Amino acid sequence: MTDFLHQLDPISLLSITLITATPLTLAALGGMMCERSGVVNIALEGIMLTGAFIGYGVAFFTHNLWIGVAAAVASGMLIASLHAVLSISFLVDQIVSGMVINILAVGITGVFYRTYLESATTAGPGTLPHWDIPVLSSIPVVGPILFENQFVTYAMLILIFVVHFVLFRTVWGLRTRACGEHPRAAETAGINVYFVRYVNVIASGALAGLGGAYFSLQQIGNFLPNMTGGRGFIALAAMIFGKWTPLGAFAASLLFSGSDQIGSRMQSVFHVGVPLQFLGMLPYVLTIIVVAGAMGRAIAPAAVGRPYKKGS
Amino acid sequence: MIRTALRWAVTAVLIPLVSVLSGFLVGALAILAAGADPTQAYLALFQGAFTNHNALAETLLSSTPYVFLGLALALGFRAGLFNIGAEGQFYIGSLSGVFIAYSIHGLPAVIEVPLALLAGMLGGAFYAGIAGALKARFGAHEVITTIMLNYVSFLIASYLVDTPGLMLAPNVSTPRTPDADPGAVLPIILSGSRLHLGFILALLTVPVVWFLIERTTIGFRLRAVGFNQGAARTAGISVSWTIVLTMALSGALAGLAGIVQVLGVDIHMTDTVAAGYGFDAIAVALLARSNPWGVLPAALLFGALHNGASFMQLQTQVSSDLISIVQASVIIFVAAPSIVGWLFRLRRASGETVRITQREVDAPVS
Repeated sequence: MTDFLHQLDPISLLSITLITATPLTLAALGGMMCERSGVVNIALEGIMLTGAFIGYGVAFFTHNLWIGVAAAVASGMLIASLHAVLSISFLVDQIVSGMVINILAVGITGVFYRTYLESATTAGPGTLPHWDIPVLSSIPVVGPILFENQFVTYAMLILIFVVHFVLFRTVWGLRTRACGEHPRAAETAGINVYFVRYVNVIASGALAGLGGAYFSLQQIGNFLPNMTGGRGFIALAAMIFGKWTPLGAFAASLLFSGSDQIGSRMQSVFHVGVPLQFLGMLPYVLTIIVVAGAMGRAIAPAAVGRPYKKGS
Repeated sequence: MIRTALRWAVTAVLIPLVSVLSGFLVGALAILAAGADPTQAYLALFQGAFTNHNALAETLLSSTPYVFLGLALALGFRAGLFNIGAEGQFYIGSLSGVFIAYSIHGLPAVIEVPLALLAGMLGGAFYAGIAGALKARFGAHEVITTIMLNYVSFLIASYLVDTPGLMLAPNVSTPRTPDADPGAVLPIILSGSRLHLGFILALLTVPVVWFLIERTTIGFRLRAVGFNQGAARTAGISVSWTIVLTMALSGALAGLAGIVQVLGVDIHMTDTVAAGYGFDAIAVALLARSNPWGVLPAALLFGALHNGASFMQLQTQVSSDLISIVQASVIIFVAAPSIVGWLFRLRRASGETVRITQREVDAPVS
């Protein structure tokens, strides 16, 4: 048993689980802001990919990782505002609009990567530094897991509570949820539904854009085409599985990334026959089960997916 | 009469045409931003799609899956269902079809080919039927379930093709299924090219799907559910059953796309799935405005784009991903024609934006 624990190395397992849950949680938080205000966001994948690319490109040319992180966030906001304009102002079907962002992101990152970065020979900007928090990082077990991380992971841990506070403890959060549940009533109460939705969609872009910075600036210090590899859709699953709450989405992200890590470790260390593919299916199957109403129904904001037209 | 014809011409021909042109315009801006010459890039795209040796045959070849997939999406749209899972159904259909195709031996082609195609359709229909049943029984939104099922299908494919004793061919360097029986392979219809019988099959499927939607009881029910579920229910139509059936039919077409591709081009399946068909299918169906006849030109356009893109990349160093930008822009302009009007200062035909999916307004995405 001790040998088993030793080989599994639980501390490094938990640590890597938290790290790989970072982009999932950030994108899920973004999706949540968006959907709580009544706008479906299946564009998380494309927003993250854009953030990863622009973040890396800017860091590469400015030789400054922090400007890169800021650019990732800004580019996420920019491409999310296209989703906002299309789905809120032009009343385009929100699924179609989200799809457009995903396709556009593949195109933009592919074309400009090939032109400006693929054949670049100078050294890349590297990765974000590890910050060991004094005192806290020397706590056994908890320290190495929580307090020896890089910027995006720390930001994620803080933003979980920020988003929770904003959504459930502020006037803005109340307005957001009102727009997501019953926009007509919100409008009657004097809330500008368009404005609230715009701000939330763009905020979701900021969060998912930061999630994108994880891939290129925190994890490997490089950009590769399609490097987000469907993680935006796992984030969508985490948001639903976490029932549109920040803590729930964080827990779901940990579950999904943890099962992934355990799976690969099982195979590499113990050569156990659990096919990796079945563990990989976990997030998707769980989400289908939850959406279908088993295991406690996940209830989406009532008005999500419906374009709102003033005075109609 | 003339007025109706004129309105039809505007919505069915002019808007898609202007949208495509606008899409190329946006693409040209992207080419400029990437430091290349748009005229040269588009010239190369055109050469690669039409005028090079065998280019036209290759364009028709790459259009073939888009015809089936566009029809699959269009069929769903007409019932108010957004089947994002065409990609997953494509792979499940390929898997079940290729399993039959390499398991049977020595029968005449007229038996083997239909058997394999049928298996592919059944696989796709079953897989889409899961999403349909979940929606009909539990109200689970098909957009979410089909997105999730897409990823599950990739993993199923990788599991089956990678595991010895399942579908892994013996003694191969890269994991793949055994080759289809020669009798199950779709014959080449244009000698010297790769164009196979599947293209003819795709052409024939267009009127079949049109007839199904417009001239049969099933099609009537499907459209009724798409227009107004409440009214359909009141009229005695089983909404649940119609949803399941529509998803299954849509999945059957997507599965057919997969197995036709396998039997016509690769004759086996590998464990790596070349993603992207599902997204493209959405674009084709939107551009066709969910009309089966419209799917044909839309599929040809996307086939030409895909086929020309690799030659363009070779000639001008502009990445073939450019077509994703063109494609996304085309969808924007089709889905929001008021943007086109606003850009070109056209007189707006009507204040309404176009509803693409006829989705029930009281069905939130959950």
